[in-house]
Amino acid sequence: MLKRAQALFLSLLSLVVLLPLAGSALAESTASQLNMPQGVTEVSQAAYDIHMIMIWVCTVIGVGVFGFMFYVMYAHRKSRGAVAENFHEHLGVELLWTIVPTIILIVMAFPATTALLKVYDTDNPDIEIKITGYQWKWQYEYLGEGVKFMSELRTSDDEVYGREPKGEHYLREVTEPLVLPVGKKIRFLVTGNDVIHSWWVPDFGVKRDAVPGLFTAGWAKTDKPGTYVGECTELCGQGHAFMPVVVEVKEEAEYNEWLANKKAESVEYASTIGKEWTSEELMAKGEGVYLQSCAGCHQADGNGIPGVFPAIKGSPIALGPQIGHIAVLIDGVAGSAMQSFADQLSEVNIAAVIHYQRNSWGNDVGDVTQPIDVLKYKQSK
Amino acid sequence: MAHGPATLADGWRAYISRWVFTTNHKDIGTLYLWFSFAMFLLGGAFAMVIRAELFQPGMQLIRPEFFNQMTTMHGLVMVFGAIMPAFVGLANWMIPLMIGAPDMALPRMNNLSFWILPFAFAILTSTLFMEGGGPNFGWTFYAPLSTTYAPESVNFFIFAIHIMGASSIMGSINIIATVMNMRAPGMTYMKMPLFVWTWVITAFLLVAVMPVLAGAVTMMLMDINFGTSFFDAAGGGDPVLFQHVFWFFGHPEVYIIILPAFGVVSQIIPTFSRKPLFGYSSMVYATAAIAFLSFVVWAHHMFTVGMPIAGELYFMYATMLIAVPTGVKVFNWITTMYKGSLTFETPMLFSIAFVILFTFGGFTGLMLSIAAADMQYHDTYFVVAHFHYVMVAGAVFSGTAAIYYWLPKWCGKMYNETMGQVQFWVAFIGFNIAFMPQHFLGLAGMPRRYADYGLQFADWNMVSSIGAFIYGGAQIMLLYNVIMTIKFGKPTAEEKTWEGAEGLEWTVPSPAPYHTFAKPPEFK
Amino acid sequence: MSTDASNRRVVVKSLFGAAGMFAFAIFVLPPMYDLFCEITGLGGKTGDEYTAVDVRVDTSREVRVRFVASNNASMPWIFKPTQDSVVVHPGEPTEITYFAHNVTDQDMVSQAIPSLVPNNVADYFHKTECFCFENQPLAAGDKADLKLVFIIDPDLPVGVNSVTLSYTIFDITDRAADPIAQL
Repeated sequence: MLKRAQALFLSLLSLVVLLPLAGSALAESTASQLNMPQGVTEVSQAAYDIHMIMIWVCTVIGVGVFGFMFYVMYAHRKSRGAVAENFHEHLGVELLWTIVPTIILIVMAFPATTALLKVYDTDNPDIEIKITGYQWKWQYEYLGEGVKFMSELRTSDDEVYGREPKGEHYLREVTEPLVLPVGKKIRFLVTGNDVIHSWWVPDFGVKRDAVPGLFTAGWAKTDKPGTYVGECTELCGQGHAFMPVVVEVKEEAEYNEWLANKKAESVEYASTIGKEWTSEELMAKGEGVYLQSCAGCHQADGNGIPGVFPAIKGSPIALGPQIGHIAVLIDGVAGSAMQSFADQLSEVNIAAVIHYQRNSWGNDVGDVTQPIDVLKYKQSK
Repeated sequence: MAHGPATLADGWRAYISRWVFTTNHKDIGTLYLWFSFAMFLLGGAFAMVIRAELFQPGMQLIRPEFFNQMTTMHGLVMVFGAIMPAFVGLANWMIPLMIGAPDMALPRMNNLSFWILPFAFAILTSTLFMEGGGPNFGWTFYAPLSTTYAPESVNFFIFAIHIMGASSIMGSINIIATVMNMRAPGMTYMKMPLFVWTWVITAFLLVAVMPVLAGAVTMMLMDINFGTSFFDAAGGGDPVLFQHVFWFFGHPEVYIIILPAFGVVSQIIPTFSRKPLFGYSSMVYATAAIAFLSFVVWAHHMFTVGMPIAGELYFMYATMLIAVPTGVKVFNWITTMYKGSLTFETPMLFSIAFVILFTFGGFTGLMLSIAAADMQYHDTYFVVAHFHYVMVAGAVFSGTAAIYYWLPKWCGKMYNETMGQVQFWVAFIGFNIAFMPQHFLGLAGMPRRYADYGLQFADWNMVSSIGAFIYGGAQIMLLYNVIMTIKFGKPTAEEKTWEGAEGLEWTVPSPAPYHTFAKPPEFK
Repeated sequence: MSTDASNRRVVVKSLFGAAGMFAFAIFVLPPMYDLFCEITGLGGKTGDEYTAVDVRVDTSREVRVRFVASNNASMPWIFKPTQDSVVVHPGEPTEITYFAHNVTDQDMVSQAIPSLVPNNVADYFHKTECFCFENQPLAAGDKADLKLVFIIDPDLPVGVNSVTLSYTIFDITDRAADPIAQL
């Protein structure tokens, strides 16, 4: 029984030792399943190369050392009649196995240093992108272009909590990916807004911690268009696993078109949400919105239908704090016909209609509700 | 010896007082060992929750917030509650026996250093039931997640860490004093068993770095409650400073865990090879070298934080160097077996598995030291796999080996060899099924501390979870084996349980009497 | 007994050692780290204010300096550089401003933390006038232009021709009101 157990032991041990070998062989066929991706940039290729060198060096040493050990375990067993010798020192051998590993390490230090120098390339970039980690999303800002947006997980809670089947891109999809052109050197400036995050795209070989108040830099340049998915790799709270990085690399023309659209959007944004609206502008816009979206229930004169739809004229919400009024429109009122308008009306329209309601039919709060206030409320949730 | 220790026959009160007020090194060693095993099961239970949640993609059992508390508590309980006290327990039991001392040098402090531990862990565990939950910032508790953004319970966490630190420091001072002052005549430093050597070096490490941990949590405490800004960029501090302070403690801490394991294995392998340890003095020097190097490599945990390239290169080279003394140890162990007369009882099986798995973890450690590649490995499951190979295969396997090895000496009964070997195989196979796939997960891009993951990681996570459950089962078998041995084991009164065993602990009867070496033995 | 005495010695020495390490962690490591940062430019922190002595302007080189602003956490101010970037010759003093506007209805105090990328150039980026690491109070609704004068060292390593200076602004109103934190 014990004999057989020992044979099993030997074979299993050799399996453990040979697994990295098997791993590297399999890696050829099933790409990213078992091994590090080669990626699409110089840095990721350098990391992969040094990784493979290390695997092979370790495998050769491991096979040698463990091979010898298994031989000893087989040949010098008591059950085979082995009698113990009594030596316990040999200066020559001991020096040898101190010096030889040192030499191996010194040799390995050369490719390791070269690879690291690639990571630290500080040459001029073509494009600079500021990446800010938030709990739990990323913000991308194209420096000098005036383009800035948030990128959040798109997978729904229903998928996460098993109320709906998981989609193909489960936890690998975002509202708005980072878009980059091929063939340009891009510098990423990574920082954190609240706690430490870490921005990682394996195919770029870029992983940089996002520390509040501190900027760290990484870079990438690739010739392969495609979609590359990465992750947040520094524990940042409960949403840590739910803030993926998605990067789309496009041909230059496509990228330019995308950027032009983005710029146009941000100009529009600046002229709507970003702009400070006057009371008159809001009143004019608000009346139209009110008649179209609210008057059906609350009536054009703001009196509502008693017992069915409450009046806005003189209502404590319309005369109360602005934030409560915004909340009713954004969140709706549970258990009533008042639904959420967050997705139906733009921030500008919501601000306008709130301003209209607070300053019509004898309501005279007199404050001005700006689109930015609505946006802030939305973001605060 | 007027009377022996109180037993249950003397009544409950006498029995409980015996354990509460004991100053006997064997009693305290026993307390440490049982306490650490209880903590091992608790930390293991947390691990089972983690692996159960990760069995499939999606959140099935718990919320991400609770998941983070589980990973944090698993790490803290295993490092500070299971592994460290287990080795302190072994030290308490074995060091006086090995150096021919009647007891530890400072028996009352010994009692205190044990009895504050349960309070520390009661406090730590109770945070799980507090409003806002327990610590959820990882066992490395990086600021500002652990300061500005921490749950209320963080103050209790800090208090618990302080108590654990005090306990460790007292335990270490005791060991240092014992080894320096209590050796039997003829027991010179270079004749001490290697287990004693590794523990002395560990004790010095502990005295040096536990205060640094205490300093780190104290600075956190001040940042949280008194408005200072050591780690808060807003006030001119720096969150990265926290990482430097933490790893200045943290890296030596890793060796604190592994060095006594080296010591255990260096006792067991010669016994079952029936041949003295090869290269004793180079083992001592290698241990000292590893301890020294542990102080100058800490920032290799921070390659992605944005250090200047000169810093990265220095920490990379220094880290690679650790492979040399560690390699010396492995070569020495194997050469000890060479031309020996080998038998493979359970302790030997665990020790050989230790050598293999620890070396495997050492290889991945060497890979991690290469900064450019570490940019890809950092904070992924590759790292998780690496440190479980060195921590679990290192500390837990050698700890288990030590239990089987010395259990006959402790209780005078022999464990069931078949059961021991079965337990070994379950543990060995379960361990590898659990942690080998995590290498692949990490390389394929799965970050650590993830409560949920994409579908491409589903297969290996399921395999890993199954392995983890098997490995968890193996620990229940260990508990069963120990209890069965104590209750029903075959009595073995002979002093030298193992044919090839050497050392003073094998010159006293089994079970070791309550008081040993009242008169110092002669050691040649 | 001599063992007792030497035990006591071991305990006292070890406790001193432990206390020393505790003090080391709290009182020595943080300043040492700051010093280390300054020397190496770690984290892109720039050194103390600098008085220009070297007036050599290297007109053969051009360096583009880009300015970035970030608001930490929920800092509500508007904070931005008035220029996106400038192109300068090494050695030539350049003045730029950041614009800060407290849009809230409360008096607030802020502090701006600079960071420089690539961070190995921090040694070559001298600020002769700077608003960094200083408390910057602004009354409700107030605006301010924050002045920064810098010189790029002519010894800037060859190959670096683009530098990004970023400021992150933190809300420290509570801290500024807290007497302990001011110690």
